[in-house]
Amino acid sequence: MDITLPILILAIPITMFLVLGIGGVKMSKKMAGILGIIGMGTTATIAYTVAITYFFSGDANFIIDGVRQQYQVFDFTWLSFTDTLVVKLGFLLDPISAMMLVVITTISFMVHLYSWGYMEGEQGFQRYYAFLSLFSFSMLGLVVATNIFQMYIFWELVGVSSYLLIGFYYKLPSAVSASKKAFIVTRFADLGFLIGILLLSFYTDTFNFMDLTSNPERVLASTGGASFMGASVLTWAMVLIFTGGMGKSAMMPLHIWLPDAMEGPTPVSALIHAATMVVAGVYLVARMFPVYCVVDAAMTFICCVGAITAFYAAVVACAQIDIKRILAFSTISQIAFMMVSLGVAYDKPIEGVHYSGLGYMAGMFHLFTHAMFKALLFLGAGALIHAVHSNNYTAMGGLRKYMPITHWTFLIGCLAIAGIWPFAGFFSKDEMLAAMFARHWFWGAWMTMVAGLTAFYMFRMYFLVFWWEENPHYKEHKPHDAPWQMSVPLLFLAAVSCVCGWALPFGELVTWNGEPYHIHIEWVKVAIPSILTACVAIALAYVMYHKKNDLPTKVKNFWPTLWTAANRRFYWDEIYMFITHKIIFNIICKSIAWFDRHVIDATMDGFAKITQKASYAIRGMQAGTIQAYVAWYLAGAVALAAITWICLI
Amino acid sequence: MDLSMLWYLVPSVVMLACGIYGFVTRKNLIAILISLELMLNSADLNFIVFNRFLFPGSMDGMVFTLFAIAIAAAETAIAIALIINIYRAIGNTDITEINKMKF
Repeated sequence: MDITLPILILAIPITMFLVLGIGGVKMSKKMAGILGIIGMGTTATIAYTVAITYFFSGDANFIIDGVRQQYQVFDFTWLSFTDTLVVKLGFLLDPISAMMLVVITTISFMVHLYSWGYMEGEQGFQRYYAFLSLFSFSMLGLVVATNIFQMYIFWELVGVSSYLLIGFYYKLPSAVSASKKAFIVTRFADLGFLIGILLLSFYTDTFNFMDLTSNPERVLASTGGASFMGASVLTWAMVLIFTGGMGKSAMMPLHIWLPDAMEGPTPVSALIHAATMVVAGVYLVARMFPVYCVVDAAMTFICCVGAITAFYAAVVACAQIDIKRILAFSTISQIAFMMVSLGVAYDKPIEGVHYSGLGYMAGMFHLFTHAMFKALLFLGAGALIHAVHSNNYTAMGGLRKYMPITHWTFLIGCLAIAGIWPFAGFFSKDEMLAAMFARHWFWGAWMTMVAGLTAFYMFRMYFLVFWWEENPHYKEHKPHDAPWQMSVPLLFLAAVSCVCGWALPFGELVTWNGEPYHIHIEWVKVAIPSILTACVAIALAYVMYHKKNDLPTKVKNFWPTLWTAANRRFYWDEIYMFITHKIIFNIICKSIAWFDRHVIDATMDGFAKITQKASYAIRGMQAGTIQAYVAWYLAGAVALAAITWICLI
Repeated sequence: MDLSMLWYLVPSVVMLACGIYGFVTRKNLIAILISLELMLNSADLNFIVFNRFLFPGSMDGMVFTLFAIAIAAAETAIAIALIINIYRAIGNTDITEINKMKF
């Protein structure tokens, strides 16, 4: 493949960032918006071209005997420290990177368009578009990385863009602290990632993904059985690399930044904190999947972290008031779903059936569909917030008559995430559950329960926002559907959420080893139970919330402690505050500060004081009496001469 | 009777001692300047003596002495100029009264 198009995919967004970032203040808001949208539209078109070429052209670089190949379009040396320590930058095309190109550019384009309406009249409109372009560039660079170091560089770049966009309303203290929190937490996780990279590359002598993943046994052998604290070095490396993914993908216990990140503009939440950046952790695990397959402990770790997080986030989402927070926890839960799906995928046949591809394919499939319907839900939430000027469902209710487009698209999003046939979420979730059941019934049952909770909290929100009872404020300020720039992305994403499940032969395109996987739905064992669970949950939500009644209050008062705990996110923030402020700041930092002030500073102060005191004591000798000086000088000279003489003898 | 080196060095030491003594005890600036010249001359004398007795073939000491005498003349001129100015400023040349520069 010619390198022009792949280079353009990266070059256009970064150029857009520079143009809008530097020249933005000089141009009108409309101009900046149109430039951003055209830039992203072009990038999306090119990315589609590249992805379609990759999947369907049949070129020998991309597919050999029906097996899709990994192909490095280019890979040039960027930094060369020694013969082995070489950092390269390149463009890797394989099923998942091609899929991610499509996801990122689609959502990013939709968000660019949507923001034109949503951010209208905001101060810093041009800056906003510049940051969006920077983010798109970083994310695209991340997914096409040919080596783990390039991925790390872009990984940090998406972190920076996320920080900049969360703190977009930099005059709000809450936005500022949220952006700091996001950056610090993810940076902290990235420390683990970096150590993992260094460990892995130290033993394998390579950063390159193709070298690492094409022969995982070599990777396993290269560590030579070295171990540390009871686990092999490779396990440590892979778990530490996964730590970076835990930070970015908001897995417990590093999830605390994502709900606060909702302080950013809603389209940003849709793009970064729902559809693309937060799945970077899943993408990372998928990218290193063959290596993870040979490290059982790391896979189990991923599985457990994912399962716990999915359940936790789903429970918390049931007790939130802010609709963006509900969606944020839903995102955490769904990403954890993908993690479990990858974690149960295994490079070993179970009962003669080779299930390894299933979990991987299903996780990637869910990544794709989730990006679409979660972006839809966030953009719908943005339209709601735009209409009622509040994030809380208490300010909404009965909106279905006022905002029909938002209502119908939002309903489609909810049905998709709940996993109702024939919406997108059903197909991907079904495959994931099938993979989990194939591994062990426990994972399947557990995650089916989480899927039920998902359906419940999504429809709780849906009914509270669109049914319940009309808010009295509507008489003064009548809510209405959003302008076309905002409606078009909603309709488009709703259409995608309707069809991409059954219309897209995903298993034929994206699998872990490139061989096509034929999706078939196990109705009896998996699909029907999961649909039934979802339907029961929806029915429950309908009974509780479709009309104003006091049943929710009764349920809440049945066990108020639990409700408060869930509402306060099980006090994770308080725990972090306790650890950082009470333990780290109070005990460690204060003692270090004491040492600095009373030992290091005091030593230096002591030297200065002694010098000063001594000078003060002898300054009387400088009395202006020249002859006394001469006498002293003479005495000194004689004394020196005497000493020299004595020494020489 | 040949004059040994000592015959020249002893007067030189006496001159230096007198110069130091005068420099430290005299109150009059002119007297101090004269003491200073005495010390300088004793050093010049040493140069010549060492040159004459230790390195008879060379002229370095002689040249140095002539050079020092020239510099000393210039320095004396400057010192005299300073002393005249001090006299104009405070009405005498007593060194004990020139003690403004101190802590």
